[in-house]
Amino acid sequence: MTGETRELEYDYSRLVVPFGPVHPALKEPVHFKVFVKKEEVVDVGLRLGHVHRGIEALAETRNLVQAMYLVERVCGICSHSHTTCFVGALEEIGRIQPSERALYLRTLVFELERLHSHLLWLGIMAYEIGFDTLFMFAFNTREAVLDLFEEITGNRVHHSMNVIGGVRWDLDGRMVEKVGRSMSKVREAAQRIREIFQDKTVEERLSGVGLLDRGAAQELCTVGPTARGSGLKTDVRKEDPYAAYGALEGSFSIVTRTEGDAYARTEVRIFEIFETINMINEILARLPGGSIRPGETIIRSMNRVPQGEAVSRVEAPRGELLYYVRTDGKGGLRRLKVRTPTLANIVGLRQMLIGGEVADIPVVVASIDPCLSCTNRITVIDLDKGGAGEPLRRRRRKWPH
Amino acid sequence: MGRGLRAAFRALLRKPVRVRYLTEAGEMVPVPERYRGKITYDKGACIGCLLCIRTCPSGAISTTEEKKVEFSVFKCTFCGQCAEICPKKAVKLGSDFELVVYEKEGMVVR
Ligand code: SF4
Ligand code: SF4
Repeated sequence: MTGETRELEYDYSRLVVPFGPVHPALKEPVHFKVFVKKEEVVDVGLRLGHVHRGIEALAETRNLVQAMYLVERVCGICSHSHTTCFVGALEEIGRIQPSERALYLRTLVFELERLHSHLLWLGIMAYEIGFDTLFMFAFNTREAVLDLFEEITGNRVHHSMNVIGGVRWDLDGRMVEKVGRSMSKVREAAQRIREIFQDKTVEERLSGVGLLDRGAAQELCTVGPTARGSGLKTDVRKEDPYAAYGALEGSFSIVTRTEGDAYARTEVRIFEIFETINMINEILARLPGGSIRPGETIIRSMNRVPQGEAVSRVEAPRGELLYYVRTDGKGGLRRLKVRTPTLANIVGLRQMLIGGEVADIPVVVASIDPCLSCTNRITVIDLDKGGAGEPLRRRRRKWPH
Repeated sequence: MGRGLRAAFRALLRKPVRVRYLTEAGEMVPVPERYRGKITYDKGACIGCLLCIRTCPSGAISTTEEKKVEFSVFKCTFCGQCAEICPKKAVKLGSDFELVVYEKEGMVVR
């Protein structure tokens, strides 16, 4: 050792901090390349694809009955949204009209799913701001909803509720009562969670963080609570009612906030919980009688779907979910395209992160409620047929296969 | 402070929140009636129509030499489609969710 010290000069204008795919603050694999200047975020690059599963391609090798269970597995939280969207497209192609009761039951499970998804998200948000007790409390509340799923459909996550032209599981009087009782318990707990989230500390942590103004939210095509937190009054349940939402139109309203920060998105979700509980009670009160599914085997229903194509939209807990379905008329699929809500929302993240601090990244990322394995996509480029850009050609030379 | 202490003492005296789990062999945590667990198969009732194979989403069902079927529980996703489509009600999804075995053989239902 010499006693000499050397001053090192760094150019702080463009330091890159890799964030993920394996990172203690983010539970799902996504890679952010964050350019920082001291503590400030200057730019963000996003890379997806670590957990790509190829479900769209796989669905094309299945028949419609099998594909129904496959699309259910796109997401582990909003599984019912995916089947509702898919079955909506199939019923449009086949001009099949499910019974009133079936539509109401579909809506019931749909809203229960929104309830448990929002409760889960509130728990995650509490965890991200360092409040683990609230995380536990939110998850305990969510448990009551999952128990209802188990009772109604036989599975806590993948409910397998929808079939072509109806639903599989009915609710008897005892269960209706049980759902009602659980709802009043969940409402009580949600009120408590709301009080905690309205505390000054939480408000100061979250307001002004992850700003996305109305114009940018519209331009970047954000959906769901992310868009509603920025003041956009958008909700597929109102704009393009599916299942029984047309009949239930008067029993819920769209919650919006204009601030466009993480706190606004939190508030939107908290108030949506109460809207959802009200709607569930309304559904239970108005549940019509009748059969829940066509009296024919599922194979016959499947064969009644002719060749055709349809686009179907639903409002999943995270926002608008879109399916494009093209059937081949022989009980199979020619093409399936899924646009999940996070795929629309994740582009807004760059806008939200720029100008913020490094320490806010987990909170901002969590505030759009990302579901990353739904979001992974790949681009297939056939280099031999040409059409690929020059940068990709160079990359190929770098990593020969 | 006083409130916190009171809550702490009350929690000490309360019965534990946890659910007792399988302390004796053969004992089961209760599950709801519609629960979809490990498959049970009544071979005598099966007529070998193979409708279940046609609709199983995960390819868990295969044919056997005697024109019956067998189920690989490892591949099964517990969707319940086979139980629904079977015309003879030979397949049911039971309440068993303990799917840890020493031998793989134990996870083939025939
Ligand atoms: S429950 Fe579903 S996945 Fe399992 S064997 Fe039956 S059809 Fe196949
Ligand atoms: S559907 Fe039922 S009867 Fe037909 S092969 Fe399967 S188990 Fe046997």
